[in-house]
Amino acid sequence: MATGRTPRENLAIFALRTVNWLSRITRRGSGTVAGGHVGLRIAPNLLAVLARGRTIIVVSGTNGKTTTTALCAAGWGGQVTTNATGANMPAGHVAALAGSTSQRVVLEVDEAWLSEVIDAAKPRVAILLNLSRDQLDRANEVRQMAERWRGTLGRGDREMVVVANANDPLVVYAALDAPRVRWCDVATSWTGDSQSCPRCTQPLEHSASGWSCSCALAKPVDLTTTLGRDLVVGGECAALELSIPGEYNRANAAMAATALKEVGVDLAESLARMRSVTGVAGRYTVRSWRGRHVRLLLAKNPAGFGALLSMVPSEPVDVWVAINANVADGRDPSWLYDVAFEELAGHVVWCLGSRRLDLATRLDYARVNYRIVNDFSDLPTTATPVDLLANYTAFQEWMARSRPC
Amino acid sequence: MLYPELLGTYGDGGNGLVLLERARRRGIEASLSSVTMRDAVPDADVYLLGGGEDGPQRLASDLLLGSDFLQRVANGAHVVAVCAGLQLLGRTFSVEGNDECAGLGLVDAVTHRGAVRSVGELAVQVGERLLVGFENHGGRTTLGDGVAALGTVVKGRANDGLVDGYRSERVWATYAHGPVLAMNPWFADEIVSTVLGRELAPLETAADLLYRLRCEVLTGG
Repeated sequence: MATGRTPRENLAIFALRTVNWLSRITRRGSGTVAGGHVGLRIAPNLLAVLARGRTIIVVSGTNGKTTTTALCAAGWGGQVTTNATGANMPAGHVAALAGSTSQRVVLEVDEAWLSEVIDAAKPRVAILLNLSRDQLDRANEVRQMAERWRGTLGRGDREMVVVANANDPLVVYAALDAPRVRWCDVATSWTGDSQSCPRCTQPLEHSASGWSCSCALAKPVDLTTTLGRDLVVGGECAALELSIPGEYNRANAAMAATALKEVGVDLAESLARMRSVTGVAGRYTVRSWRGRHVRLLLAKNPAGFGALLSMVPSEPVDVWVAINANVADGRDPSWLYDVAFEELAGHVVWCLGSRRLDLATRLDYARVNYRIVNDFSDLPTTATPVDLLANYTAFQEWMARSRPC
Repeated sequence: MLYPELLGTYGDGGNGLVLLERARRRGIEASLSSVTMRDAVPDADVYLLGGGEDGPQRLASDLLLGSDFLQRVANGAHVVAVCAGLQLLGRTFSVEGNDECAGLGLVDAVTHRGAVRSVGELAVQVGERLLVGFENHGGRTTLGDGVAALGTVVKGRANDGLVDGYRSERVWATYAHGPVLAMNPWFADEIVSTVLGRELAPLETAADLLYRLRCEVLTGG
């Protein structure tokens, strides 16, 4: 693998591996990002160096990145390198690549870093899932993100294939000028950020078959992938059955399969392999905590939370919801008012996390029964597994607090 | 609630829900309608404007200029404006590529692009009360002579690091999201009470606990 590297680049890789090894043996961390930072400091072009000669698929978008990355890696089969959960910026990418020699690579990429990663890693395929409001205190505005994507994807010299969600106007706007696009007709439930046209701001018309604007921006008609009961990719049809729940995960799998077909993976075979994915970094898995069984569900923003609410059973049950507002969550929990918590009417919601009073206030105004949990001993025991919906750092806390069943 | 699809980026749609619930729970008949870009501006006692991005803010301003909105305010309607809403009621505001976009001119205020974006917790002293929320904008707003600010900044930047928003007989404007009326039940009640022209019965909600906690957190004690 050391072909054509300069001494400086080799030093950077050596330093990266050493830092990560030290980090692991001293148990200071899982050893991914720290070493990556050191390596990039020594050789800023390290991502390009490590990516050379490999077949890379990148996955980006507001929601579903981690799950789609896992589905893509499983569906590819054989030895596939991916970055660790949460390490979705260049430091995490170089750490993942330095830690393996496999040819097949799937990288989850933070939306704000997509341009840099595409320029350096030169992926064969980029999957663009969706764009919606998320952590606005950091990324500011979602339309600006679409503009940045557009600038990088529209460059005529790209060999890369873009696999893009045709039902998300912001994604379509971003990918419209890309030389090679495979449009996917997959469900998107969140339309809160696509009421006005990303190109001209005029109102978008939404109908059962698609969306369009008076400026002629519209849902693409040359669809490569359609998802109904079965999945059709490039005229080939296959049954899509997953082990993880949610209509949005079927959409994620459809886009992963479309990307894999671009690198020569048989459709039916990739879908069969995706069935082995039963949980992704703890998500969707039932865990044990103080004698209870808790199913952990992660959502980080209104679109993700809305999708999770549709999974709560309709009969009256207890639901636990944990909300934090740390830096990684976005420090402004105003987004709680963009989630239709009214759908939880009839249930009892137990409010957890550092922003549980913000949540309780939201539920109060939504006329949903709530309990504020200031002390864990107030939580009821449950005979059946209880669903715990949590945002990012709250989810991590509950992962640490609970054990596998 | 005016153009939530344009001016609703930061959960400000919650302000309408809060006014509605706080009125209804006191037995006051109230209804909330969302006015989209395709609708005419209907008659209302109070209009709500939220925060939004550059393009949508400009479109909302143009739509309002072509509507009956200003006439209805002149006839006695009230307005609660947050962030982009605050900016577009002024004489001019700034969007990418144009530093002097025409606003509605309802209030003598101008907004230019600030040197840095203002993102973080916001606390404002409004009379005897503290108003708490979260700001996220790139504007620097200057009020004309004789325009009263809503309050003075205790934490955060708001208009210019000194004061937040503005207050006239029938307009409340602030940079605070949160949504601001959910976080500050007293402020929501002041609006309902002013619009109705009478005192309100006390009302206990989860928001009282939230407000107390945020005040403690933001004033460091």
